[in-house]
Formats: sequence, C-alpha cells, structure tokens
Amino acid sequence: MKEYEMIVIGGGAAGLSAAIEAKRHGVNVLLIDSNDKAGGQLVKQTHKFFGAKMHRAGTRGFNICKELLKESEDLGVEVLLNGLVMGIYDGDTVAVDVKVSLTEHKLMMLKAKNIVISTGASENAVRFEGWTLPGVMGAGAAQTMVNYRHVLPGKKMLMIGSGNVGLIVSYQLMQAGVEIKGIVEALPKITGWQVHASKLTREGIHIYTGYTIKKAHGTDRVTGATIAKVNPDWSLVSGSEIEVDCDFICIGAGLKPLTGLAHMAGCELIYDKALGGWAPAHNYNMETTKKGIYVAGDATGLEEASTAIEEGTIAGAAIAEATGHLSAAEAEERKAGAWRRLADLRDGFHGEERLAAKNKQLAEYDRLMGVRE
Amino acid sequence: MKADSTGILTVEELKEIGRYPSEERMKQGPIAIAECTQNIPCNPCETSCPFHAITIGERITSLPVVDPAKCVGCATCVTACSGQAIFIVDKSFSEEVGTVSFPYEYLVKFKKDDIVKCANRAGEYVCDGKVKRVVLTAKADHCYVVTLEVPISMVDEVRSVYRTWED
Repeated sequence: MKEYEMIVIGGGAAGLSAAIEAKRHGVNVLLIDSNDKAGGQLVKQTHKFFGAKMHRAGTRGFNICKELLKESEDLGVEVLLNGLVMGIYDGDTVAVDVKVSLTEHKLMMLKAKNIVISTGASENAVRFEGWTLPGVMGAGAAQTMVNYRHVLPGKKMLMIGSGNVGLIVSYQLMQAGVEIKGIVEALPKITGWQVHASKLTREGIHIYTGYTIKKAHGTDRVTGATIAKVNPDWSLVSGSEIEVDCDFICIGAGLKPLTGLAHMAGCELIYDKALGGWAPAHNYNMETTKKGIYVAGDATGLEEASTAIEEGTIAGAAIAEATGHLSAAEAEERKAGAWRRLADLRDGFHGEERLAAKNKQLAEYDRLMGVRE
Repeated sequence: MKADSTGILTVEELKEIGRYPSEERMKQGPIAIAECTQNIPCNPCETSCPFHAITIGERITSLPVVDPAKCVGCATCVTACSGQAIFIVDKSFSEEVGTVSFPYEYLVKFKKDDIVKCANRAGEYVCDGKVKRVVLTAKADHCYVVTLEVPISMVDEVRSVYRTWED
C-alpha cells in the first residue's frame, strides 16, 4: 500500500492551502479530489472577494483558484483527480474510488499518518409541492452550470433564500442573461450582505422578505411557481399568493458541513447552528479528537473561502511540524499568523456568532480530550 | 433600517447615519460615496485609493469614511469595492445637470453620448441620462465604470441603467 506523510481529502480552498503549506516545508503530500479539476467551489466564483489584501481581497474567486493551483503545481504537490474517498479506516488508511472512465472504476487503498478532511459542504434542500420537478435545483448547482460549464439552466429564475449564496448566484445568473423573477426570503430580513442585495435591487429585482414558495408548477418540468406570505408561526397567509412566471427555481437555503468521513473516522462532532450544523471539534492545530486527522474549511463549519484558506494553512503547518519538517517555533509563527488573519475575518457584528461557535469548537475539543488550561 | 428588508437604501437613510456628502461638497466637484452600511470585513477601498482619502482603519470591519477634502472622485475605489457599493457623484457642472458614476459588470449595450433610461436604487426608471464615459481599466478586472449625465435633482437617486428584459 502506497504511503504518504499526509493525505488531503478535497482540493478546494482549504485543501489546496493545506497541501501548499505542507509541501512548502517538504512534507510528502497527496491531494485527492473527486472532480476532474481541483479548486472546489472557487472555480465558479466570478465575484471579487471581501477581506484585506493579505486575504486576496478584491480578487475574483476563480482567479484565487488559479493562483492556488499554480502554487500547488509549482511546488509539485501530487494530485489524484476523479478520486472519491469512500472511507477512512484505522485512522490512517484511505479508500478511494477512482473513476478511470465513464464505466470503469478502480479501488485504491492509501496510507498516511496525517489526514486532512477538507470536503466542504452540501446544499440544504427545501421541500414544497413540486420540489422534485426537473428545474428545481440548488443555487450552487446553477452557479456551476452557468459559470463553470457555461450552460444556462433556464431563462427565468425564482430564487429561494436571500443569503449571500442566493444573492450572489442571482446576480451572476443575471450577468449571464437570465431574467430574475424574484427572490423569496421567509424571514422578515435579508440574510446576506446589503451590498449584494443592492446590486440586484438597482437592476429592478424584487426581494420578497416574509415570503416563501408554496408550489412549483409543471408536469414534466418547472413552468411556474406560487409564492405566499409567511405568518409568524410559519403558516401561509391565505390570499397572499403571487404567481411567478419562471422556468427554473434555485434553492439557496444554506449549507451544511460534509462530515461523513470525520464521523466514520470516529472524530467527535458537535452541533452549532451558526456553523451549519454538525462539525468536528478540533484544536489550535485543526486536529480533531482523532490523532492525525485534521479538518479545514467548510467541513468544520460554514464560513468563507478566505477563512478556509487560513484553516488549511494552519493544518498544513501543524502537519509539517508533526512530521518533523518544521520546528515548533517555526510552525507556531505560521499558525499564529493564520489565526491572526482569521480573527480579522471573524471580527465585527456579523462575525461574532461564527467566532463564538468556532471558539466553542476549540473549547469542546479540550473538554472531550480532558485538556486542562 | 428599511433596507434590511428591502435591500434598497435611501438617501435619507444614508444622510441620517452620516454617510452622505454635503450639498456644498458635491457642488465643488466629484466625490465618492460608499453606500456600505454593514460591518463587512473588507478594505480594498482604503488600500486602493491613491489619495488616501478613504479610511477604514485597523479593524477591517469598520465602515469606510471618505475624506471630502482628499477625495478627487477618481473612481479607483468604484471598481476596487468588492460589494460594488461605491458611487461617484458630481454636482459642479451647472445648476441643471450633474453626473453619477457606478460599477457595471454587464454586457455594455450603450456608448458615449447615447441617451439611456436611468434607474434608481430600486431599479425604477426615474429619468433619461446621457452616457458621458464608459471606462474599463486593466486593474478593474472586467468591471466598467459608467458615468451618466442626469438632471441635478436626480444625482442622488440614479444608481444604474434601467433594465428591461426584452433584449
């Protein structure tokens, strides 16, 4: 069985950063991604990112992706594409289903004392009458179609959810020529950033706060939708229905960390609504309660690409230290820098809740492992 | 703030929270307005400004403050702002007309001197305007800055080109 010092599962912002950081210090690392190209969600983020200069602010996501891929290539990070990790066994063995062709798959077993789980997140569904009709899709799926595969999912779109994903994807579909028929948000307030909402409203897009979808129309595919006002007890206000002429419906109702592998490996998970649900507890090194298994990015709680990059860097530096490629002092300098940048990104009113939840993850790790101050 | 539920800011709200330049300053020449009211961890407006006219400070979640004495309305920040929330207004031309500049990341279907329909923050058609400039710099990375000449009373209202879905 082939053995590495480190295996990274998932080549998005977090995984790429972990592999880059570790490889930079000489760690023998393998990065596994289930897609035909690494980059994760960054490949389709055409908007400029928030943050400061050190977080690559003002750069479009897909360009950050290009930078990371180039860095990883220049350093010679070994990458296994089309590889779906099915399980982690005995804490150090990774089973990968590698797609060789459309019909042919092969199974690979690989070993590493240090594993980073950076599998990202999956989109939440919303159930309503007609939700299984073709034409109802995740907002992330629509974004992949339009920005990465260059296929328009339809001509007229209704968005469910006013979080940043819902707002940004609506904007990008509009840039591609889709008519945005409206955005419904069951809560009384828009949940994404006001600046993202304002980009849409000045183009005449209406955001229906306090509304939800009642029904998707159509027999073979979506031909329209009915939206209605929501009462405080979440029942619908009768007579408030509005008919929407659309041929596809996007659901931007949040995401949850992909924790399957961490759960299987025996990492302790804790629940926090602010982070999208269940996620592994971890320490200052991003190491979970299972020794040698690390987490980074959305897989350890829903945040941003910029935070995923920093968490990946911490895991990469910690593993470089654990494998003897970095001294404790050198590793600490790298880790402390990333934690400082994370503190910046989690500062302020909107970051407070996330910061508290992330601190709880660290505290929970200490409690579970019996670590004393 | 009403914009929390609508997404639509108003001049009144911006003035109320002290985030709109004075009439006097707008009459003196172009100035940037950051229509940014939440504490986004973000500061490219500050770092991009060649005149150091925008301050966010140590905490990157602080709101940008435009120094009316230093800002010349060059529009560097308009394309640097990841939230596309910075506009340049100018009421110095005459008593009748002024200009508004805004970021624009769509297919440009108009050119200099064209008369276009102008939209306010709610996307409503509020007046006609004349295209004065359409600028695309390499640094702006595919984000145009469109400058429209509009009736002076509409400078505080116009924030985009009115969108029709027919074409």
